[in-house]
Amino acid sequence: MKHLIDIKDLSTEEIDELINVAKDIMDNRQKYAKKCEGKKLATLFYEPSTRTRLSFEAAMMELGGNVLGFSSANSSSAAKGESVADTVRVIGGYADIIAMRHPKEGAPLVAAMKSEVPIINAGDGGHNHPTQTLTDLLTIQCEKHRLSNLTIGICGDLKFGRTVHSLITAMSRYANIKFVLISPEELQIPDYVKTDILEKNHIEYVETNDIEEYMQDLDILYMTRVQKERFFNEDDYIRLKDYYILNKEKLENAKEDLCIMHPLPRVNEISVDVDDDKRACYFKQAKYGKFIRMALILKLLNFEK
Amino acid sequence: MNIDSIKNGYVIDHIEAGKSFEIYNYLKLGELDTSVAIIKNAKSNKTGKKDIIKIDENLDINLDILGYLDPKITVNKIKDGKIVEKFHPELPEKLVNVVKCKNPRCITSIEQELPHICELTDREHAVYRCKYCEEQVNR
Repeated sequence: MKHLIDIKDLSTEEIDELINVAKDIMDNRQKYAKKCEGKKLATLFYEPSTRTRLSFEAAMMELGGNVLGFSSANSSSAAKGESVADTVRVIGGYADIIAMRHPKEGAPLVAAMKSEVPIINAGDGGHNHPTQTLTDLLTIQCEKHRLSNLTIGICGDLKFGRTVHSLITAMSRYANIKFVLISPEELQIPDYVKTDILEKNHIEYVETNDIEEYMQDLDILYMTRVQKERFFNEDDYIRLKDYYILNKEKLENAKEDLCIMHPLPRVNEISVDVDDDKRACYFKQAKYGKFIRMALILKLLNFEK
Repeated sequence: MNIDSIKNGYVIDHIEAGKSFEIYNYLKLGELDTSVAIIKNAKSNKTGKKDIIKIDENLDINLDILGYLDPKITVNKIKDGKIVEKFHPELPEKLVNVVKCKNPRCITSIEQELPHICELTDREHAVYRCKYCEEQVNR
């Protein structure tokens, strides 16, 4: 493996290996503190994403490496009209590995086709966000101690939410997974996800617009934000943004060991009164993200052993 | 109306009536130096009308694209005045600069010089998706 563009680029064994390395890093921080000494990570962020960028940068720093990069297209050569392919060929001369976020779908793949250093897709528009998926998998593994035999509720924007599509793709590899897909009609999961992933892999799923209908069955509840930047029409966004608000009341019938996840940032979809509930895992999830990115950087730089 | 039969070359038959110019352009036949005949609205027992293209030379043309454009097309390869091969072109695994991705969120929408690459993801239903954004592309 040279690049990580799509979660489908990783075999199940590779995912398991990354999770194991991440868990080892969490238990033995010192052992990894100098693994990337003398190495540089470039974070090329053509659209702002503080969380993902800082997570990558913190990951590289904790491995003893250095970071450089830009955090918006305006402060990069893209503003002068440079192509993605040219940019990565230049930056490849300065850094050992690149994490790229771009508003246009497929930009990191274009980069990977030309780059001589490993490219990590840190999110390309509404398309892929594989390190978020790896974060989600590590969270599930750490909180539920398994990646199989789970009923997973996914709530919110299932149409444009890239984390949702990637999570469904990744979890479809594991045994006895059931999905409860909770969304308003306008934001339902696209048909191709149903036919090409769920039905093809014989994964059981139900669709509902009622967040409480299957609450008692869920092992995981994955909440998502309705993202303004994915809408061309602001009226649609305003109408749908507060469709679901998870609060303590709605969790009344939920299992005691439910794991509530959210890729963050949250806006209104999880009420702050849920934050103190022991089932709220979203802040821990963000922390797991750093460790899985550390494991990924090590793997792509061939330092994992 | 008669067009002389060719000795060596290709007869692309059973083209949907009216589509021959589209195929002529896709195959870039206009760039060839050889004789090319387009027969429009020829009589067809099956469909009533059809178009035919005759190319009067055995050139190395990539005809895979025909499978994408119209799977009902028949290609006859002619050698010494006889049909030596007759086939329906299969759907190609990859199309380069044949169809453009129309997804406004795709990187190809802002980087004009990128080749438009589409890959066959479902042969049964002839589904092609953009290599970059994975959006389904339509003819």
